[in-house]
Amino acid sequence: MLKLIGIIIIIVGFALKLDTIAVVVIAGLATGFAAGLSFNQILTTLGDAFITNRYMTVFFVTLPAIGILECYGLRERAAYLIGKMRSVTPGRLFALYTTLRTLAAALSLRLGGHVQFIRPLILPMAEGAAKTNFGELDEKDLEELKGLAGATENYGNFYGQNVFVASGGVLLIVGVLKELGFNVGALAVAKASIPIAIIAVIVSAVQFLYFDRKLARKKSGA
Amino acid sequence: MQNILLELLYVMCGIVSFIAAYYAFTGKEQECRIGTSLFWTILGIIFTIGKYIPKNVVGAMILIMAILAAFKQVRIGKFYTSSPEFREKKAAEIGDKLFVPALAIAVAAFGIAQFTKLGGLVGLGIGALVALLLSFATTGARINEATRESARLLHQVGPASILPQLLAALGALFNTAGVGEVISRGIGAILPADNITLGVIAYCVGMALFTVIMGNAFAAFAVITAGVGVPFVLNQGADPAVAAALAMTAGYCGTLMTPMAANFNIVSASILELKDKYMIIKKQIPVGIVLLIVHIILMLVLAF
Repeated sequence: MLKLIGIIIIIVGFALKLDTIAVVVIAGLATGFAAGLSFNQILTTLGDAFITNRYMTVFFVTLPAIGILECYGLRERAAYLIGKMRSVTPGRLFALYTTLRTLAAALSLRLGGHVQFIRPLILPMAEGAAKTNFGELDEKDLEELKGLAGATENYGNFYGQNVFVASGGVLLIVGVLKELGFNVGALAVAKASIPIAIIAVIVSAVQFLYFDRKLARKKSGA
Repeated sequence: MQNILLELLYVMCGIVSFIAAYYAFTGKEQECRIGTSLFWTILGIIFTIGKYIPKNVVGAMILIMAILAAFKQVRIGKFYTSSPEFREKKAAEIGDKLFVPALAIAVAAFGIAQFTKLGGLVGLGIGALVALLLSFATTGARINEATRESARLLHQVGPASILPQLLAALGALFNTAGVGEVISRGIGAILPADNITLGVIAYCVGMALFTVIMGNAFAAFAVITAGVGVPFVLNQGADPAVAAALAMTAGYCGTLMTPMAANFNIVSASILELKDKYMIIKKQIPVGIVLLIVHIILMLVLAF
């Protein structure tokens, strides 16, 4: 039971909004000591996993190009283009993006990403669409718009990927089941992932269109 | 070949980090100059030559970065950047050509991942280089503008940029310590063995909850499937492919709801310059809960 101390530290630390990095490191140290690891073993495990997972942080390489483009008006241009189209609302744009992102993930097309797509293109387009349809957003609505822009990438990325037969998730499922004595094919797992991919697109679209309605009601009320 | 290119990609990431360190060290109005430049220098070293440093030394370097972050010694620098008027003017002048480099990242990354054996990561690296050259060509920007802008963006993301890797390292420690076994034994002890509905709920909710804790559904899957899925769902006559596929995506519902999945939820909040770093999670929680309930229903209906 003592091994669960790391989880408790995480929950309490996050709930109290303490510094995230400090909380994570302390939880790791506590869990390691509770499991009887030496300080040196803990450092080695930490260092090893940190190096192996460098791939999670490769967005660094895109920053120079994105920085220049933003400096020269990329976001303004995206907002201008969408602003010309009255039928595009933030909610519809997000719903469309989630649909396309899900389809792309299902085909294993790596189109998407918060750095590659959302910040330079989708978010400024959504801001432009919001301005055209609903006027200037206040601070709170703008935060919500950004939150949804971040969410649209995750919805499409998560629930579409396992529809692809050779995706990491499907291969992991097949591998783990085999070790546990169940032989299943990758195709069967991929097929079984289709219904929830469709439902996720629908549920998220409801959330996005509801946001449109909220902005519309606010505008007509004001 | 692929491994060499991959290491080159990490060297490029390291250079971006060194640039951020340089701007922190020389910036006229930089607060906490030493701490900030030390943080980005250490990260740069780990990226460029980390593979060749003893792992316990890397672990110690991570501790130093964590201490710097915890004591708020890593601060955003003050950067000169273009004015809104300048950006409006350039946007009108350059026009839609501005999109070409931005799309080049995605197109090159996709093309290389799809049609070569080099993989998506190497593709992203090459895409980023192509995009950088194209953005110099379309905007006529100077090199020091590229370094300044990349430093500015990285400072904006700040120490949160190491969170995904740090959480993965925490997951590795949890694994070594055997945290998963303790949890699945706990769930197993309170559940009646032959109630299919309760079993399915425990499998789906267990996946989501354990993913919330670990920040990673893949890590949760092996543990929860062995501890809960096999005895309470698969051995009760469920179609293993259907049940396991849904269990995995039930875990993704947990990913939507946890700050532990930092690369999806927290780092992206900094990338989008959200003031509330939990805003993406707050928006995703209702959808995550609805989808988790749908998972339970689908598993009961489709797997049995």
